[in-house]
Amino acid sequence: MTKKIKNLNLNFGPQHPAAHGVLRLILELDGEVVEKADPHIGLLHRGTEKLIENKTYMQAVPYFDRLDYVAPMNQEHAFALAVEKILKIDVPIRAQYIRVIFCEIGRILSHILNVTTQALDVGALTPSLWGFEERETLMTFYERASGSRLHANYFRAGGVHQDLPKGLEEDIAKFCETFPKIINDLESLLTDNRIFKQRNVDIGVVTKEDALDYSFSGVMIRGSGVPWDLRKSQPYDCYESLDFKIPVGKNGDCYDRYLCRIEEMKESVSIIKQCLAKMEKGPIKSLDGKISPPPKAEIKQSMEALIHHFKLFTEGYRVPKDKIYTAVEAPKGEFGVYLVSDGSSKPYKCKIRAPGFSHLQSMDYLIKGHMLADVPAVLGSLDIVFGEVDR
Amino acid sequence: MRNLEDLEKKINSELTTKINNTEIKHNQIYIETDKEDIIDVAIFLKTNQDTKFRQLIDITVVDYPEQNQRFEVVYLFLSHEFNQRLIIKYSIAENEVVPSLTNIFPSANWMEREVFDMYGVSFKDHPDLRRILTDYGFEGHPLRKDFPLTGHLEVRYSEDQKKVISEPVKLEQNYRNFDYESPWEGTKYIKEEIQNNDKKN
Repeated sequence: MTKKIKNLNLNFGPQHPAAHGVLRLILELDGEVVEKADPHIGLLHRGTEKLIENKTYMQAVPYFDRLDYVAPMNQEHAFALAVEKILKIDVPIRAQYIRVIFCEIGRILSHILNVTTQALDVGALTPSLWGFEERETLMTFYERASGSRLHANYFRAGGVHQDLPKGLEEDIAKFCETFPKIINDLESLLTDNRIFKQRNVDIGVVTKEDALDYSFSGVMIRGSGVPWDLRKSQPYDCYESLDFKIPVGKNGDCYDRYLCRIEEMKESVSIIKQCLAKMEKGPIKSLDGKISPPPKAEIKQSMEALIHHFKLFTEGYRVPKDKIYTAVEAPKGEFGVYLVSDGSSKPYKCKIRAPGFSHLQSMDYLIKGHMLADVPAVLGSLDIVFGEVDR
Repeated sequence: MRNLEDLEKKINSELTTKINNTEIKHNQIYIETDKEDIIDVAIFLKTNQDTKFRQLIDITVVDYPEQNQRFEVVYLFLSHEFNQRLIIKYSIAENEVVPSLTNIFPSANWMEREVFDMYGVSFKDHPDLRRILTDYGFEGHPLRKDFPLTGHLEVRYSEDQKKVISEPVKLEQNYRNFDYESPWEGTKYIKEEIQNNDKKN
């Protein structure tokens, strides 16, 4: 007698807490072993690139907050750098330090969220409670600088929107003193935890070659032992003058990626400290009136300032015809902007290269042959945020 | 090769007829090639010891509806070894089919699907060319310049039919595109004059 055995198809998401957003993952299961994974994305597609084509350069910035909404300013940074390179303008040194400080705060924000939710996915609840308290503190820094906890809209071509309020630098410095202890607390919960290790060690292994072939970047490629970080290899803003290390993994599994993220947070704290020490008073945006708006007080006095203000907020500044690809090291990997300008005040085309897109694409390769219970662990270590995958 | 100029020479001498034009700008190399040669060029760039562009960063298209060859297909490459970026492009007409890079770079899979979804450019030999970002059953290619910003259809839950239905977009007010160009530099005849002066200089 013969029996017919059929593989089971399982819909993982789009409403699943461990899917980290709206991911519909169609799994083909043979018993409990995953044979095939087919991620269906686009449930959060908002047409960001199309919208940017219809907005001026300054109006395009808020759309970047809404991509990877866990680390908004890192994305604004990529866009600001692209526009600056085409316009060939210099950024005042104080603005560079402010931008780097907030990019590193963004990195910590993102890594806390990822490390703790990854722990949550494999069964540990406490880390997320401890970590989210720190995220709250960091988001108040965002709020004090830009007026908004999440969607900052703070970076501009040529600098930042406004100077830091009084006392913020001191408070960030204080945070840098207390935060390493929190990282140690998190580590004491997870790093040597038997259950956490059982769920992560040797799961979702990526070899060096495959990491390159699948266009991995950021922690995903460093976890596999490729020492590649755009902050070091293609430094932008003031990263060149800062001293920091790039943690690299060895085995390329979920556990190594977790360790990389923990170490990166420590490095970020050291970068913020260095920036705070080096920062001096000075202008925070380009002094070119054709690009950055004049101070309010000046508008009341000077005719030219009034005209500049009016032109900047109606037509916007024009960007000469050019094409450029600029990338930054966002917390999740290489975040790039391919910008095509046509001489008008709106981008002709703005292609956003999101790291999560290529990472999620490799889901089938990563999960094949693993158990169903490993799916959340692998997904967690990929660090997926649907804002940037779907755009 | 560490040096961009050397790399440019190397590419030109090795690939001779396959390269139409090279240019160094913003510390990156821009290469123009033909649709038929893209696979050979990509294989060379990936495997050659002096180039080692091991990573395909992204594929995208720029739409110029007024041109005969309206789509400009753009490939972005990265070489970790030599820390360089390279941009390849070629132009195609609306209904042309272009070769797929999925056999050389597995990551091209979703990137090509995205291009297909957004611009309607088809890839030959692609293993699984489906839409990726838009909704199931979506029609049209949203990033084409002639696709309206507001789209064609909107969805809502219908209480009568007890399901989600799509119907043509109805807006209280149409999308308004303001022209802010100032009259003293914006009027046509002055613009022409400025352009003529630029050409003379």
